[in-house]
Amino acid sequence: MLDLDQYNSLHEALSAALDRWPNETCLIEADRDRENARLTYRQFKETALPLASALQQAGLADDARCAILMTNQSKWLISAYAIFFCGGVLVPLDYKLPADDQLKLLAHSRAEFLIIEYPIWRNLTKSATLDSLAARVVLVTEAPANAELSGAKRWEDFRDAREPSLVPRRRADAACIVYSSGTGGRPKGCVLTHGNYLEQCKSLTRWYPFWPGVRYLSILPTNHAIDFMVGFIGPFVCGACVVHLRTLRPEFVRDAFVRYKITYVTLVPAIIKNLERGLRDKFGALPPWKRAMLDAMTAVNKRLTRKRPNLKLSRMLLPAVHKAFGGELLALITGGAFIEPSTLQFFYDLGIPVANGYGLTEACTVLTVNDLKPFRADTVGKPLPGVELRILNPDADAIGEVAAKSATIMSHYLDDPDMTAETIVDGWLFTGDLGRMDAHGHLQLFGRKKNMIVTEEGKNIYPEDIESVFERIPVKEFCVFAANYLWPARSMLGERLVLVVHPDSGKPVASEMVAAISESNRRLLNYKRVHGYLVWDSDFPRTASMKIKRGDLAEQIRASVSRESVVSL
Amino acid sequence: MATLDQTTDEILQLAAKHFNVPAGQLRPEDDFFKKLGINSLQTLDLLTRLEQHFHIELPDYELQGVSDFRTLAERVYARL
Repeated sequence: MLDLDQYNSLHEALSAALDRWPNETCLIEADRDRENARLTYRQFKETALPLASALQQAGLADDARCAILMTNQSKWLISAYAIFFCGGVLVPLDYKLPADDQLKLLAHSRAEFLIIEYPIWRNLTKSATLDSLAARVVLVTEAPANAELSGAKRWEDFRDAREPSLVPRRRADAACIVYSSGTGGRPKGCVLTHGNYLEQCKSLTRWYPFWPGVRYLSILPTNHAIDFMVGFIGPFVCGACVVHLRTLRPEFVRDAFVRYKITYVTLVPAIIKNLERGLRDKFGALPPWKRAMLDAMTAVNKRLTRKRPNLKLSRMLLPAVHKAFGGELLALITGGAFIEPSTLQFFYDLGIPVANGYGLTEACTVLTVNDLKPFRADTVGKPLPGVELRILNPDADAIGEVAAKSATIMSHYLDDPDMTAETIVDGWLFTGDLGRMDAHGHLQLFGRKKNMIVTEEGKNIYPEDIESVFERIPVKEFCVFAANYLWPARSMLGERLVLVVHPDSGKPVASEMVAAISESNRRLLNYKRVHGYLVWDSDFPRTASMKIKRGDLAEQIRASVSRESVVSL
Repeated sequence: MATLDQTTDEILQLAAKHFNVPAGQLRPEDDFFKKLGINSLQTLDLLTRLEQHFHIELPDYELQGVSDFRTLAERVYARL
């Protein structure tokens, strides 16, 4: 891989990679069983530079912001490189968000340029809040020949033959603004620098290296911090190859493992659990003698890989399982949400290590990761080189809030000095997660200090953001909390939301109130729904401006009622 | 050739059967994520069923931002 210490910016490093491995394949784009594109590093450069030149001609210069709204595909990475090349700041946005939320984040980021896939643009232009879009140049990819582009230009035609000039950036300059949560409340735009990414890439690839010939299957959205690092920067600075699939249908994902002999893939816990269920069903349907064989081989594999993985041996002992994953898989990578130890152990026993990590967008990508020496299913691994962790105010069991110091900690939240000051204190990032360091230097997580939950799909949900749907329930006042915030549970499992209601005085809890709560609840996406309600008979503590003092209310509730008082919906 | 209304009806029936919801409970304007309580992965599953039924290919991106049966039916109908 390249020696990243010699570069000051992502585009300097990426440019060096394009020249270093001109004939290696860097991108494969497949759709179902068809292959759309295959690019070498040289071809990547030949495609990206005319785009960079046209962007420069259109005025993309120092620190101008350019958003990308695309599913995982080759044009995502080509566009990102072109933006960096011009000295621009990339704003990767979540293509799964509703159009109004995308427009809100575009406005918040003050992006002057927008690169977007046609179907997403088609949705955006139908939004009632399209007027808020301030981008002066919109480039649309893959628009049909007769499509109405509403003032946008075609990405494919947006080229300029003149040689663009690489705009140097310093390590402290912003590279990306990455939104770390939803939009219902306060957008949290993490400003990450070129230095953050270069340092993250350096430390991560020390434990999980890439090299020419490695094939990374990019499924997790590229706007997500993890895929941006392990599905773009990491493989590119090592001469490896990224495989994009234009469909996420499980049947085609399974085929891709085999067809492209995938080396690494990142999956959210929800998908890994799905995979586990599928495999367990398959194993359950085996004839008894085959099942006995499988169990025996799994037991042997487990014993022989106790200290460290031995993929060669595992592939020999359990050939059918490994063949189904393409036969060259080195590890499944996961992060972004809690995953149960039993699931991690299930895969490890089959000879498929799961690189389980812990990170926050605020810390670039990842702070700790399983180093597999030996594999541990019960922790989120060890701090990566260069990461210092501290447990704040530890209790008798040594559990406290995890704080992190590292060259990968973001510069600040965009336009939010107050939240920045609350989150980063003297260079330490306060994560809001409760943890403990064990005797072997591994971090164990025990829940959250913050009023939030993280779904298995890695979505952060702040209860405050979903309260608006309950506005019409017939009660005096109400408030939504994360159950593990009200009653700290020391567990990453069972994270649920609870609606606390204060009925109108003298009015008993009526069935109509419960019906109204259920009705409102159904209007939320399933992962955002409240699990139950709690009746609270006193006035909520409020500030002078009548805002609920959530912390005080939580304390009162904690002191007088238990989790069992919650009525399930 | 089927009309858009017929296509919509067929989709409602297929979805009801696939997700075990009483037929007749789903309406074209319903948000299928909310009404069926399903996630995006399960929606992909529905898409595969629709493809098999209508003998078409429906790219994932056709579902971007689509959450109601009527719009889904329009996307299917355009490819019949």
